[in-house]
Amino acid sequence: MIIQASFWFPVRTGAERRAAGALEAEILAILREADGPLSPGEVRQQLGPRLAPGQQADGQQADGRQAGAQRGELSYSTVVTIVTRLHAKGLLARQRAGRGFTYTAVDDASLAASRMRQALGSEHDHDAVLSRFVSGLSGRDARLLRQLLAGDTGAPDGDPGHAGEQG
Amino acid sequence: MWLLYLPLVIPALAGMAARPLAARLEPRHATWLLTTAAVALAACSLAALALLAAYAAARAPLLAAVGDYSQEVMRRGDPIPAAAGAAAALALTGAAVAVTVMFRTRARALAESYRRAAGLQAEDGIVVVPGPAIEAYALPGGPGRIVVSGRLLDCLDGRRRAALIAHEQAHLASRHHLFTTVARLAAARSVDYTVERWADEHAAAVTSDRRLVAETIGQVALLAPPRPRRTAGMVLGITGAITPRVSLAWAGPVPRRVAALLTAPPRRQTILLAACAVIVLMAGVAALLAARDLHALLELAQGSR
Repeated sequence: MIIQASFWFPVRTGAERRAAGALEAEILAILREADGPLSPGEVRQQLGPRLAPGQQADGQQADGRQAGAQRGELSYSTVVTIVTRLHAKGLLARQRAGRGFTYTAVDDASLAASRMRQALGSEHDHDAVLSRFVSGLSGRDARLLRQLLAGDTGAPDGDPGHAGEQG
Repeated sequence: MWLLYLPLVIPALAGMAARPLAARLEPRHATWLLTTAAVALAACSLAALALLAAYAAARAPLLAAVGDYSQEVMRRGDPIPAAAGAAAALALTGAAVAVTVMFRTRARALAESYRRAAGLQAEDGIVVVPGPAIEAYALPGGPGRIVVSGRLLDCLDGRRRAALIAHEQAHLASRHHLFTTVARLAAARSVDYTVERWADEHAAAVTSDRRLVAETIGQVALLAPPRPRRTAGMVLGITGAITPRVSLAWAGPVPRRVAALLTAPPRRQTILLAACAVIVLMAGVAALLAARDLHALLELAQGSR
């Protein structure tokens, strides 16, 4: 998918890029309204009737990869490219399903939270404001922790080399 | 004139005592004690620095003319070397700048946190974020939010999730960010640890299973990516690998928290608390007496004008 995207996007014209923006919004809307995860093929099926006549030539029901390929636009790979991009932007979550992926829209709260994490993560002092459940462990602390949890008495005990093999 | 130096010496000693105190005291008491002691000692040492600087400044002829006191008496009665006064003035300026900068950064971070918490739609105050990160934190706000990554929740069973949420809820409910902010402004870092312990003990009380909380902390800590260490850490890592038993004495916060949970719950230590309060009071009294001395000297100098 990544190869496709880097191969495909640089050669697009401005008009095509605008169309792709509209398509992204359309695909996002479909996935937000969907009851469950959708595969790119299912997204494409739902996309057909939704597109306005001006945007898509005939507005006919598009069914499967073949029809799209015949029309010469909005092929299966285009949909895949766009959902991949949306996923990279953090707008879609994906799950592996067989050989490909199915996609779900990330809800607004989670989206805001993940954006916030990115924003907060960049500044040093935010670490102090957010009370993290655990801070990162050094290698020595990790070994010590395994010893503590392995021992029943709570005293650091046991063979650290062996304990280090677990987990 | 040792009175003037006492408020400077006590905070230095208190800094060394903070970690053993944080380990020994009941976390809620430890947090309150360390925060109030840090603020009180910071105030005392700032006052002592100001007095030292005032002694030095009082020798200036210009001030003597304005304040209408005898420079001669001042100089004879002044026990402070000029260099000490100048150093104190420098330290005072440095402290003022550092506190201002720290306060602004922290206030901005807190304001940002409140703003973002308000913008988060959350069920029961909990926000689950997608993505590969293993993380959980409390976001201070009105009301605050608990942010947990979905991947972390997937790794934990129901009881451990409850322990984690109880821990983060304690942070928000008891407004731990205010303690850490105030303590940090007074240059005390050990409160960062005691509020974690406080939240751990809260989680242990809610789940009534200390070991469960300990195991949850351990599990999450081992799932999270390791912290990149400085070269000093590498050296310590090597010595840790050679010695068969690793000591808790120099360990990071996570192993110490787990070890504390694996032992009996901490008890109230009234005598220790009282002793700490007395030492902090001593610093305060010393600063007050030193201020009175300066005042008396100035009155003497004014009288013999």
